[in-house]
Amino acid sequence: MTVLAPGTPVPPFALGTEEGGRFTEADLDGHTTVLVFYPFAFSPVCSEQLSLYEEVLGELEAQGARIYGVSCDSSYSQRAFREQLGVSIPQLSDWEPKGAACRAFGVLHDGGFPERALVIVGPDRTVRWSHQAASPGDLPGANVLFDGLATAGATAPRS
Amino acid sequence: MSDSPGDGAPRPTDSPGDGAPRPTDPPGDGAPRLADLPSDLRSAPVPPLAADDHVRGPPGAPLVIVYADFACSFCALANERLRAAGVRYAFRHFALRAKHPRAVALACAAEAAGRQGSFWEMHDALFADQGRLDDPHLWERASGLGLDIGRFERDRRDAAVVARVQRDVHSGLRAGVAVTPTLFVAGEAQPGPPDPQRLGALFTGAPAHRPDTV
Repeated sequence: MTVLAPGTPVPPFALGTEEGGRFTEADLDGHTTVLVFYPFAFSPVCSEQLSLYEEVLGELEAQGARIYGVSCDSSYSQRAFREQLGVSIPQLSDWEPKGAACRAFGVLHDGGFPERALVIVGPDRTVRWSHQAASPGDLPGANVLFDGLATAGATAPRS
Repeated sequence: MSDSPGDGAPRPTDSPGDGAPRPTDPPGDGAPRLADLPSDLRSAPVPPLAADDHVRGPPGAPLVIVYADFACSFCALANERLRAAGVRYAFRHFALRAKHPRAVALACAAEAAGRQGSFWEMHDALFADQGRLDDPHLWERASGLGLDIGRFERDRRDAAVVARVQRDVHSGLRAGVAVTPTLFVAGEAQPGPPDPQRLGALFTGAPAHRPDTV
């Protein structure tokens, strides 16, 4: 299983929001979206990763991008994790059916959790850029995100 | 003191006009906020030594560049090991608000001490006692180092000091720093505190070690 490649239309999926709602492919429309797939809430590397990306939220927003954390944890766990870290990045839960959205994006690890992967989706629901860490323990720096956004912008279809 | 909120004193780190409250701001600790980071955060090599970098260690020895945070106990450990090994190293700030609520305030305090010629003294004093990092503890340290407290207080909130810290954070982000400490040896990133037994390998081209936990 490998992460969806640039140019691939995002398949239908549904994730749970912290507020109890659903986040689907329709919520990608009209925005550049950064999906940060991470293995586990409260695990050491994931904590480092969200704190790091929180630091550059302003710049992500300045580039018109919306960022979300995605894991197979329940929304309750995700909220507790986010609040403990003191970060504001919204969390999306791939809880039921567990891992279905991660599988659709090609990032479901054999162990039943997301690979550490970044996916940038364009306003047209097409993957513009993606990155899967060599191992779940590898943490892509914020620079990787911005390299991805630059690539995503450069490969955007002309409208 | 005039530290109470609402005293009308200008806070150079407040970015006027951004309006929206950010839930990540540490509540009421008076920490300076980094200004908005410059726009380009794409990958870039770690910058070479600048004239105003903080460098210590034997002149002529190979240089290690350390990105670290004064609220990070692993960074304190790295500092101890680097000193014990007699390594020449440059300290750069990697202070993230979301990682440690006091990180930015401490970085600015060290820079403010540096304006009175005591950067490394404050650096060591901060790492030496990780349990006492609040403002009164900073004043105690500054006083113990013989600093002009009034000037220290003004300087640690000065826009140029905040910008100096921000410059380091920015260059670290672009160089791919993701955890503290991260050491750069000959341009290669090595995350985590250095293993003392392998510190010698920093200079012999041996494979970089991986940290035990990141």
